[in-house]
Amino acid sequence: MSVQTYTPQAFHRQAHDALGNPQIRANFRQAMDGLMTKRRDSFGDWDVEALRDLGASIRLRALAKLPDLLEQLEANCQANGIQVHWAQDGDEACRLIRELCEARDAKRVIKGKSMVSEEMHLNAHLEEAGIEALESDLGEYLVQLNEQTPSHIIMPAIHLNTDEISDLMHAKTGTDKTRDVDYLTAAARQQLRERFMNADVGVSGVNFAVAETGTLCLVENEGNGRMTTTVPPVHIAVTGIEKVVEHLHDVPPLYALLTRSATGQHVTTYFNMISGPRKPEEHDGPREVHLVLVDNGRSSIYQDDELLDTLRCIRCGACMNHCPVYTRVGGHTYGTTYPGPIGSILMPHLQGLEATQDLPSASSLCGACGEVCPVRIPIPDLLVRLRKEAVGEGRGNVEGAGVKRNRKEVLAWKGWQWLATHPGAWRASTSVAGKFRALTPSKLGPWTQYRTAPKPASTPLHVLVKRHRQVNRQEGES
Amino acid sequence: MSARDSILKRLRERTDGPLTAPESDYSVMGGRGWTPEQRLAHFEEKITSVHGEVIHADRSNWADALTQVLTDKGVKRLGVGREHPVAREAREALAGGAVELIDVERDIETWQREQFETLEAGLTSTRGGIAETGSLWLWPTPDEPRRLSLVPPLHIAVLDADVIEDTLFDVIASHDWANNMPTNALLISGPSKTADIEQTLAYGVHGPRELVILVRH
Ligand code: SF4
Repeated sequence: MSVQTYTPQAFHRQAHDALGNPQIRANFRQAMDGLMTKRRDSFGDWDVEALRDLGASIRLRALAKLPDLLEQLEANCQANGIQVHWAQDGDEACRLIRELCEARDAKRVIKGKSMVSEEMHLNAHLEEAGIEALESDLGEYLVQLNEQTPSHIIMPAIHLNTDEISDLMHAKTGTDKTRDVDYLTAAARQQLRERFMNADVGVSGVNFAVAETGTLCLVENEGNGRMTTTVPPVHIAVTGIEKVVEHLHDVPPLYALLTRSATGQHVTTYFNMISGPRKPEEHDGPREVHLVLVDNGRSSIYQDDELLDTLRCIRCGACMNHCPVYTRVGGHTYGTTYPGPIGSILMPHLQGLEATQDLPSASSLCGACGEVCPVRIPIPDLLVRLRKEAVGEGRGNVEGAGVKRNRKEVLAWKGWQWLATHPGAWRASTSVAGKFRALTPSKLGPWTQYRTAPKPASTPLHVLVKRHRQVNRQEGES
Repeated sequence: MSARDSILKRLRERTDGPLTAPESDYSVMGGRGWTPEQRLAHFEEKITSVHGEVIHADRSNWADALTQVLTDKGVKRLGVGREHPVAREAREALAGGAVELIDVERDIETWQREQFETLEAGLTSTRGGIAETGSLWLWPTPDEPRRLSLVPPLHIAVLDADVIEDTLFDVIASHDWANNMPTNALLISGPSKTADIEQTLAYGVHGPRELVILVRH
């Protein structure tokens, strides 16, 4: 399998390639169909709309009080013995983590799943400094073996099928070639256990950080998260500043929404709540726990009342599972850490609209994402907002705003607007256009790649209606 | 200015002004109102649906059920605490038998590899159960450290039927977790699993392959 780098700038070419790849399309189609059904069934007896209202209100409240809650979280974590660090961007967070490793002479880092660490390219940063960073979530492990990035935020290796994984593990780790998933899983267990034992530092993400108790919550099925946060002598948790919630009792509703929305499970195997390092009388667990709070663009999103909703996200992946575009082109096509609808509303803030200008348009605005989002993020509205920003019709507060502005297009629409509000001119121009309809171009750029160019009617609708009325009236009179 | 201060400053000096927090209505979370029988039935249905194995036993002779499980699973080396009544009763019942009892209240650094490579099962108590999701809740202690329920391929958990509550929401409130959080609080719902290889479920990817719950009545 060839290693390929994907970028958001090359979205169109990547989409074209993915659409022409039957393997990718089949892998995603099958997985997404299954996930949609499971999600629907898992809400069974719940009043899902009431639960979504609650989830949205909890996240909005956390955002409304964000600076206070972050301070409270910090104070309570410190009181519990967790050391708290702040980073304004991904580079600063990487540097912080590397320095923590270097100060402890750590050479081997084992990682639990963390999308924030993907976002800041932590593995590459550590490796440059001569520190090995090994992913332990099975999907992440496979993706890393394949020298790729995750194609889904919950199921990183969803783009690979069993045969591809068997070949990959055979080539990289010497396992037998087989479609026996139990064998492949057991082999990975064996390989990773050795690495857990030898790891100097464990790096994990955080699903919810509870301000009132200074608790870090991790949601998982595999147990690698528990291993990562329990086996190595040092645990470093890294998270975006928006992951904080106010109360411990805010956690059950969000957890119920997260597992059902993500994979249709009523619960995950483990819910791991960490409120401190090993106490003197305890016999296992890390001796040090660190929390790295990463801003990386979030405080900019925070400034704007409409964009703020982006920060409610609990990273369940339901929006991508239900997205007709994501399902067809797959996760890598987007060329960004977060793919699918959430990626399209988040990445423009992290990488600027210049690089990501095609993402907000990579949507049919069918509304499915907004309908399933457990915290009711109005994703379609945010896509439209970013489209406006890209063409310079928004507030101009997103980096790269106006990058897609095209003078000719603006003029054309302005002209259209003027015509449509001046009936005399409108009638004159439509009648002229109708007369010369044969001359309208049949190619209108990318628009006509899959569509036929519109031709003005030889007789405008207005005229037809008028004639029709006249005929009716005459018939009525006679 | 430090990173911390500039982040907080930016958040506080928000362009669009301060935000108001909406009210939250938690009614959807509570009020299940199940009877003890319904609770147990829910718990059992949910935890078996994710591959947990439930064995009912009488409080007076539950250790017989434990012995049976160990025999059935061919366990030769069992990690077990010393102080918790569950551990004490288990030790009593298994003393002098075929199963070697491994002390777990030792600093892990002294037996890391032994634990990873030779421990066949871990026995733990549980603080309670959650009916709605079929979950066990554990607050690991020096006597029953966190890895006892994680590293061995088999986890045997002892749960008293009368400490199963309706929901996680209820448990957090009734035991005042907010004021009592231990270093590590855990919910366990089934054995370790993954679906990362083409959505095919496989058990025991990192943690236990099997979870047996001995429910005592
Ligand atoms: S935007 Fe909503 S649906 Fe998408 S990942 Fe975030 S919480 Fe889930």
